[in-house]
Amino acid sequence: MPLPLASAGEPWVRWDWVSSHGDDIAAAARQHTELTAIAVGLGLCIAFPLALAARRWRRLEAVVLAATGVLFTIPSLALFALFVPVYGLSRLTAEIGLVGYTLLILVRSILSGLEGVPADVREAARGMGYRPARQLYAIELPLAVPVIVAGIRLATVTTVGLVTVTGLIGQGGLGAFIIQGINFDFRTPVVVGSVLSVALAFVADAGLAGAQRLLTPWARR
Amino acid sequence: MSFLSDVVAWFSTASHWQGEAGVPHRLFEHVAMSAAALVAAAAVALPGGIWLGHRGRGGWLVLNLANVGRAVPSLAILALAQQAIGLSGWPGFGARPALIALFALAVPPLVSSAYVGMREVDADVREAAQGMGMTGGQLLRRVELPLALPLVMAGVRTAAVQVVATATLAAVTAWGGLGRFIVDGFAQRDDVQVFAGALLVAVLAMVTELSVAGLQRLVVPAGLRTRATRVKDTARLGVQAA
Repeated sequence: MPLPLASAGEPWVRWDWVSSHGDDIAAAARQHTELTAIAVGLGLCIAFPLALAARRWRRLEAVVLAATGVLFTIPSLALFALFVPVYGLSRLTAEIGLVGYTLLILVRSILSGLEGVPADVREAARGMGYRPARQLYAIELPLAVPVIVAGIRLATVTTVGLVTVTGLIGQGGLGAFIIQGINFDFRTPVVVGSVLSVALAFVADAGLAGAQRLLTPWARR
Repeated sequence: MSFLSDVVAWFSTASHWQGEAGVPHRLFEHVAMSAAALVAAAAVALPGGIWLGHRGRGGWLVLNLANVGRAVPSLAILALAQQAIGLSGWPGFGARPALIALFALAVPPLVSSAYVGMREVDADVREAAQGMGMTGGQLLRRVELPLALPLVMAGVRTAAVQVVATATLAAVTAWGGLGRFIVDGFAQRDDVQVFAGALLVAVLAMVTELSVAGLQRLVVPAGLRTRATRVKDTARLGVQAA
């Protein structure tokens, strides 16, 4: 016979709690968005040069993919915990882990996006006298946008989920509510944190999909 | 350097290797829980995904399941399972919600990889098999399944790594496993224990990844084993972290 929790019989959402914590919820959502945006933004800043270098030197590609793969395999809680002795329970610790996770997805999507540019197009650009750098930003990158944005979307949705775990190292945005709910055995914050985190993931995903439509007008039909 | 020598000292302390709270028992809990959840999820998800893929139905459902599965944080699933089910009862304190949460997390990547693997089988190959007079069952067993295996196994790999990772988080919802060292270390402000636990968890995750990769090499037909497709497959499936 399972013993119920103290919260058994408790409603899933106490609306009075929600309405009296409106400011906290807004602040947590803002922090969640910030943590995610910084992680994906920094991830892109690191992933781009990494992917370009990996494309230039094939032997480096194996190393970059293996290293980012190892980072990705380490469970989030462990990755955050490894940096706690160095940087404490801080935002820096959280961001190091979050950025680490985005790298595999971003590097892979940038590489496969650039690889997907048809050889004919590349040759035509070269024939028209495009230098490698100009060919990259004027021809190859725009054509790779759909694949790269798909990677950014995946990285963003993943990061929104992982930010909840940073609640355990004193950050967490909406994840802090989930942990508060676990610690005080109180359902409402668990539900509020979970639902808003999923909602944030969907909103961010839809926003990025919209941004892609604006960026690639030629792909619209 | 003194921090690292503290970590070494932690690992060489005999009491950390004995009893319910020792490393071997926590490791056993972690592996047993992950394996149970993964096997149960595979038993449901793989036949389901394979069947849907074979019949070419339910693509919309599978796609949405995968997307929603990716958007729901593992911590949220654990916390909700704990609140819905309670902590006590078989098979041990905190184990039931953790098992159910891990099961729920493993299902979407398994279903979608099985489904996508079956759908990616070349239509010409399928038609040729039908032209040779194969029945639906023969087509499924002899043609589609072997060709779908690389993707199916990629899904198993994703799910296995994710389950092991989330089992770490289950320490937050009162269960054991290797995550206990990290979570208790946070509570006691014991950085050495936190770091030692993190190392153990990281090593276990790598070993899991490598073992499933080994299994993948064993079961995937030799003709389908090329590096290029493996990289592409993982990219197409979408990767997942926990």
